[in-house]
Amino acid sequence: MNSARIALLVAAKDLRIEWRHRTAFTTAVIFAVLVLTAFVFARAGSVTLRDLAPPVLWVTLPLATVVTLNRGFLLERENGALDALLLAPVSTSAVMAGKWLANLVLVLVVELVALPLWMLFFNIEPTMRLLGVAAVAVLAAIGFTLPGTVFAAIAVRTRFAELLLPVLLLPFTIPPLFFAASATVRLLDQAPLGDLWFWLRLLALYDLSFLVIAVLLFPVVMDQ
Amino acid sequence: MASTTSPILEVRGIERRFGAVAALQGIDLVAGPGEVVLLAGPNGAGKSTLLRCVAGLVRPSGGEILVGGHSLRRDPAARSLIGFLSHQSLLYEDLTARENLRFAAALHGLDQIELRVMDALNAAALTPRADLRTGGLSHGTRQRLAIARALLHRPRLLLLDEPFSGLDAAAAALLRQRVADVAADGCAVVCVTHHPDEIWGAATRTVVLQRGRVVADQPRSGLLADFLADYHARCVA
Amino acid sequence: MTFDIDAAERVMRRGRVVMLAGLLAVAGIYVLALRYTPPERMQGLAFKILYVHAPSAWTMELAFVLVGVVGALYFWLQDPRLDIFAEASATVGMAFGTVLLTTGPIWGKAIWGAWWAWDPRLTFTLLLYLLFAGYFALRSALRDPVDRARFGAVIGIMGTLLVPFIHLTVYLFNSQHPRPVLMMPAKSPLPWILLRPLLWSFAAFTLLYIGFVMTRYGIGLKRAALEARDAE
Repeated sequence: MNSARIALLVAAKDLRIEWRHRTAFTTAVIFAVLVLTAFVFARAGSVTLRDLAPPVLWVTLPLATVVTLNRGFLLERENGALDALLLAPVSTSAVMAGKWLANLVLVLVVELVALPLWMLFFNIEPTMRLLGVAAVAVLAAIGFTLPGTVFAAIAVRTRFAELLLPVLLLPFTIPPLFFAASATVRLLDQAPLGDLWFWLRLLALYDLSFLVIAVLLFPVVMDQ
Repeated sequence: MASTTSPILEVRGIERRFGAVAALQGIDLVAGPGEVVLLAGPNGAGKSTLLRCVAGLVRPSGGEILVGGHSLRRDPAARSLIGFLSHQSLLYEDLTARENLRFAAALHGLDQIELRVMDALNAAALTPRADLRTGGLSHGTRQRLAIARALLHRPRLLLLDEPFSGLDAAAAALLRQRVADVAADGCAVVCVTHHPDEIWGAATRTVVLQRGRVVADQPRSGLLADFLADYHARCVA
Repeated sequence: MTFDIDAAERVMRRGRVVMLAGLLAVAGIYVLALRYTPPERMQGLAFKILYVHAPSAWTMELAFVLVGVVGALYFWLQDPRLDIFAEASATVGMAFGTVLLTTGPIWGKAIWGAWWAWDPRLTFTLLLYLLFAGYFALRSALRDPVDRARFGAVIGIMGTLLVPFIHLTVYLFNSQHPRPVLMMPAKSPLPWILLRPLLWSFAAFTLLYIGFVMTRYGIGLKRAALEARDAE
């Protein structure tokens, strides 16, 4: 069977399991709402909600991503299911690609819920320009989940997976979250689109670079 | 395809180090069709590591493993000949029995998946519970499903890693029966166990591992008590 | 792969000699910079901290780049000694990073009027430092030395890819946020009398880096050798 079908098979299996109990999804959404709310109160009236909106979004989304990522490999550890994946005559890269795909879909669904809540809490007027924010969120999700999947696969081998993942992953979220926040500020400021392209291209460059390196490293992190 | 007389499993000079620690040193092991190899040894002797090397789950630091004449490291065809059953179920608790089998069948690239899954469910007497989540099944039922999963792709080499631990008498008897069946069909079986009595009746050969080396490899003969006496003399002294 | 205790101790002994030479050279730099070098025209005495700060930056970046390079080599050669070297280099890199992150704000307070002004180079250092903090956190959580080597190499390689993006980020960030600047250090070339000790300090710190890494590497080899012996 070819690699793309294996990747889809693994991703579909992961998403089906997540659909059954929705733990990662629910936890990440609740977490995102809590962070958004915490910012509004921590502001203590000193900053306008409008100024706070982009930075809050781009602190919340990477953190919510970390919350969702641990799930993917923990469910493989349970009952030694990972062994069954590795025993099968399929490429480990394809299996990892499937794990990444499932993570990406899950993070996108969390973003799909978090973005409207963000608009609601921070009084963002729904305009066509917000489609730009959605595009930024998709590119950022790819940038967060690629190194995130590699690190989650490594972290799950230790007894401290939940603690290690943020420490490993957050330095890698700094460039994409900066690019994404810069793009978001420009979108909300009605800046010319040319300016926006610059940031979107940087995000895409980041995604592409880590896509290449992640695919190269996927077999290494799956290897026992 | 290898002829029926040539061995299914050939392990040649396997080494495995964990850092500076040598877990396996120069292991040779051969298993032919219908052979049931009982792999015994004290804790830390390297039994499980050897089995996981043969399964392709641990990469040996040196040596070669051939399954059905295919190199385990280079040829994915080798992996499609292996079935693996451990004391862990290797199942997803949030999937149903049917979904677990379907996923395993698809991973192995089998054709006629629905048919095969139905057959396997029937054979394991799991059909009435096929659409319940695995997490809710009893331990014995789960183990029947695990056996069905391990045999779904009709492996030529069945690897058992402490498969009897936690099984009640009925489930253990069923497992022994299945092992005897697949061996009769010409499958080679390697079973790691702490309790040689569990598989003694089916075993055709006994291999004893100690400190990462094979210290005895002979056809099963005589009584279990003789084997155990010899085993204790070697490994406990 | 077997490790030889005698060979490890030889490396440690040589490392100590180089380290001692490096420390003496650094002491010489102090004397040269403090006693025989005039204060800089605009920055005055504050400039002198650069004789420690700038070479620390060089050695830290050298140390971390080598972790990435050695990580890539590890996948090719699979030699456990490469990982022992990577760990040694990363440890020494963290030490120089600490020097960098301490001296930077001291200089910044004098020149910019703020301890921490989100200067791009210091920010870059901070992010790199955090990356390697994660590297060590992971290493300490893994028990199998083969896993430590493999996954350490993964982090090293991913980190090396991250570095240009962090460079870009801090540069772009800096162009967006003007810093509170009291004084803009002149961009004119340094006069020879100020530059010469700086060049010497780079040499001295490089020597110190080599000495530290050799010593740590020797310790790592010896530890591996002792573990192997205990396992027998």
